[in-house]
Amino acid sequence: MNNNEMKVEFLSRSVNEGFARAVVSSFVSQLDPTIEELSDIKTAVSEAVTNSIIHAYPNVEGKITVKGRLVENEVELEISDNGVGIENVEKAKEPLFTTKGNLERSGMGFAIMENFMDELNVESILGLGTKITMKKKIKKYAFDNNKFCK
Amino acid sequence: MKISHFIEEKTLLIDITEEIDHHASEKIRRRVDYEIQRFMPKKVVFNFEMVKFMDSAGIGLLIGRYKTAKMYGGQVELVNVSEKIKKIFEMSGILRIMNIIENNNEIFCKKI
Ligand SMILES: Nc1ncnc2c1ncn2[C@@H]1O[C@H](COP(=O)(O)OP(=O)(O)O)[C@@H](O)[C@H]1O
Ligand SMILES: [Mg+2]
Repeated sequence: MNNNEMKVEFLSRSVNEGFARAVVSSFVSQLDPTIEELSDIKTAVSEAVTNSIIHAYPNVEGKITVKGRLVENEVELEISDNGVGIENVEKAKEPLFTTKGNLERSGMGFAIMENFMDELNVESILGLGTKITMKKKIKKYAFDNNKFCK
Repeated sequence: MKISHFIEEKTLLIDITEEIDHHASEKIRRRVDYEIQRFMPKKVVFNFEMVKFMDSAGIGLLIGRYKTAKMYGGQVELVNVSEKIKKIFEMSGILRIMNIIENNNEIFCKKI
């Protein structure tokens, strides 16, 4: 059985964006994803963690939690913060919507999470924080004997 | 990151070597803007050959450099873009204001 779980907590410093990607990438590798699947997952995690760093804790340092679960051939990720929260989640998810245009944000974060993962769920309470859950199935590849017989 | 100047062509070549996320993009932005203001290039070419990772911070970074370059009469071009990075460019619509160019080796050979 491939089922497994992990949890990491770190401070909202931009240097931890790469750390979060590395942790998740290494955890997910147990399912033997393709390079492309792994790259999609790393990009989605990077978006969620960066959002917590920039938007959830704009003027203070706070804590960010990343949880991972492998169930059969599916990856479930949960990225949560105790920051300012999102006023209007539907609006925040629209491509190109950003509240930080002055910081060269593109408003593409949620669009990328949605596009690169199979499922995205956003729960947020103003003043309490935000929790992002994402799922992606890792395809199983049948062993192809023929590729050794050319 | 490595920056090369081509005086004759008035071109800046930016070889990005880091993973482009929010953390790295602040440093890249400062250095590239400084060079654009100093050199006033006609073209700013970003070489993605060594970029192993980019998220949406790359979109903000490029739109910002497009704006700086434009103030000094220049434009931005992208070269050696992998399929996974291209996917993000296409989603964002950024290719309406800057082009992906062919890797024509000349530009990589006569740097000063
Ligand atoms: N963890 C979070 N806490 C508070 N606000 C958030 C969070 N994540 C996203 N947001 C809000 O949603 C908006 C859209 O997010 P996103 O699509 O990633 O674009 P960007 O980060 O470029 O602004 C942000 O501008 C911000 O207002
Ligand atoms: Mg974002």
